[in-house]
Amino acid sequence: MITPIVRTAIIALRRDRGSMVLSFVVPIAFFSIFAVIFGGQHDTVPRIRVIVVDEDQSQASRQLVNGLESDGSLNVTTNPAPTKEQPQPTPYTASTAEDAVKAGDVSVALIVPHDWGKNPISFRGDSGAPAIQLLSDQSDVIAPQMVAGLLQKAAMTSMPMTMAEQGMKYTEQYLGAYTPEQRKKMEGVLDRLRHLESDQSKSTQSAASTESSGGGIIAVTTRSVVGENKKSPMISFYAAAIGVMFLLFTSTGSAGALLDEQESGALDRVLSSRITMTGLLAGKLVFNILLAFTQLTVMFLWAWAVFKLDFFTHIPGFIVMGLCTAFAVAAFGILLASICRTRAQLGALSTLLVLTMSAIGGSMFPRYLMSEAMQKAGLWTINAWAIDGFTKVFWRDLPVTALWQQVSVLLAIGIVLFAVARRIARRWEYA
Amino acid sequence: MSTNPAPPNLSPLPPPSPLQVKALVKRFGQVVAVDGISLEMRAGECLGLLGPNGAGKSTLIRAIAGRVIPDSGQVAIFGHSAGSPQARAALGWVPQDLALYPRLSAKENLHSFGSYYGLTGTKLDQAVTRCLDWAALQDRANDLVSTLSGGMKRRLNMAAGLIHQPRLVLMDEPTVGVDPQSRNRIFEMIEALRADGMTIIYTTHYMEEAERLCDRIAIVDHGRIIALDTREALVQTSFASRSQVVARFEGPAGNVSAWVEARGGRLVDETAEFTIEGPKEIAALLDAASDAGLELVDLSLRRPNLESVFLHLTGRELRD
Repeated sequence: MITPIVRTAIIALRRDRGSMVLSFVVPIAFFSIFAVIFGGQHDTVPRIRVIVVDEDQSQASRQLVNGLESDGSLNVTTNPAPTKEQPQPTPYTASTAEDAVKAGDVSVALIVPHDWGKNPISFRGDSGAPAIQLLSDQSDVIAPQMVAGLLQKAAMTSMPMTMAEQGMKYTEQYLGAYTPEQRKKMEGVLDRLRHLESDQSKSTQSAASTESSGGGIIAVTTRSVVGENKKSPMISFYAAAIGVMFLLFTSTGSAGALLDEQESGALDRVLSSRITMTGLLAGKLVFNILLAFTQLTVMFLWAWAVFKLDFFTHIPGFIVMGLCTAFAVAAFGILLASICRTRAQLGALSTLLVLTMSAIGGSMFPRYLMSEAMQKAGLWTINAWAIDGFTKVFWRDLPVTALWQQVSVLLAIGIVLFAVARRIARRWEYA
Repeated sequence: MSTNPAPPNLSPLPPPSPLQVKALVKRFGQVVAVDGISLEMRAGECLGLLGPNGAGKSTLIRAIAGRVIPDSGQVAIFGHSAGSPQARAALGWVPQDLALYPRLSAKENLHSFGSYYGLTGTKLDQAVTRCLDWAALQDRANDLVSTLSGGMKRRLNMAAGLIHQPRLVLMDEPTVGVDPQSRNRIFEMIEALRADGMTIIYTTHYMEEAERLCDRIAIVDHGRIIALDTREALVQTSFASRSQVVARFEGPAGNVSAWVEARGGRLVDETAEFTIEGPKEIAALLDAASDAGLELVDLSLRRPNLESVFLHLTGRELRD
């Protein structure tokens, strides 16, 4: 009795390619994506990009900067990237570094202030010397903490000479002056350290020590330069991230009406009227844009009402990003519908593509947690550009003009996808 | 004295035919769906396309609707190429499928299809009301299509094809899957159109429908029109004054079929059919059956119908 039912179900499953894809291809694809993102199988561990401004230019500060630069977890930069206008850009200053953090170029900047090198070690914060400033963007909750820790590690491993000198100083300060004999021996030790430092000036210290730097040897003041007054740092990110993912699902589902109409014969009837294929697709596109934009609006209004997102002061940026995102996802939906032959195919393909794009593009977790290669791969997705744009609007409070890159890319994506969809839709026009 | 020649006595050009099809060929891969069909319609006539499934009727209809690009040949609707804006405006199409939006109401469907033909405002409202009346769906106007009965959906499907008041209507098997009562209702709707002088092409594989509704009938088989004329003319051409004897005999199964075949008849569903010149031949036939050891169970005499014509012309049943 059971065998015929199982046999029938197996035959039906084999004939249903959509279910086969959902059952076997999608899980494997997702396993692979997550393995690549988090397993580090095919890629490097993500390096944190950090700007370092050495205002002090003392020996200690230079040693510290060298120590940071040699750390494999950090990607330290002291100069902006060269451009056509500025082939040899001037090094970052405290001001330009802060601007870079605000603009989202990096999540963290370190400012080593003047006179820091006079007294770099700060037990209990009583050195009297100015502290290193750590400028952070709260939208990245990981990077500032990592940089703060790695800063302490660099101090411990890159400045042994300074550490020893400071140690002697504190010993004399709290325990009494050295005897001439003690001082002579200490000077000898310091000389050997100087030689050692000069020998290792270019070597990496990161492998030399695995000690925790959590003691706070270097005084650091952390300041959030983006989102200082924001109540919920990640709300705008998730509103955009989740919003775009579901926009993609909604758009493909909505565009799938074309397949229903084809199956029922309504498409034939429509195309035998005054409506042309271009007109039909354009109509579907406009509807999908309106649907997607309304969906985004509802999502952000919900974020405003429930999570106190500052929505109404960002209306222009929201409209620009919302419409461009809606255009791109609407065209994506039309393209998928034109590629697929049946609803089942569309369901399987859209699930695969939307979840993949969402994983790579940052809708499921922030892209800054991914390796550099994955972050670059994310730029091939609508999600990444949309999330970046909305982040600029709601998190960085940047003007609409700052969105030109995201707007251009999203519009280009929409135009290309729609043009391809129109080309593929020729199969519906005539037999 | 004027030397100008007298102006020629110009007679007005005849209006273009509602439909002209010339040597139409359409292939799908190796399959020739339409194989050189030519036909011309007269204004106000109802032409039946009669043929079995797969004969090429629907492909011909789709070519006329501009939804199929012919490999060769021409289709003109009131003088305009099929698929041209003028042809589209003049043409109404009732597809075989229920080409409706199931989540819209009957009225909303008509509104949508009317607007696709460029109707707006009062004209559109009037067209919707007219079509709802014609399809007897006024009391279900606001019901979703998905909640309508099969017959109602069929009527709405027809109404949607006529929303823009076309001059030529293509009806592709509009009674498929409906009960006899709904079928009669649909016949009445079509007869109302005919009374208004609408030109109609009606495809079917039910001969009774073709006999009831159509002025002329084109018998289509293997992508060709093998006969085109009025019902009476088709029968006359195939059978002249001959009649058909339909009889059932009892006897060993092999004996019956062999005897029927030997007498030039056909055995269809255990019923023997013979074509005779006159009633006198009946007695001879019955004697021969008796001599062959067959016992007569039932006997009737009838005039040949379209099915007989199709059988005569193709050697096959219409519904094979």
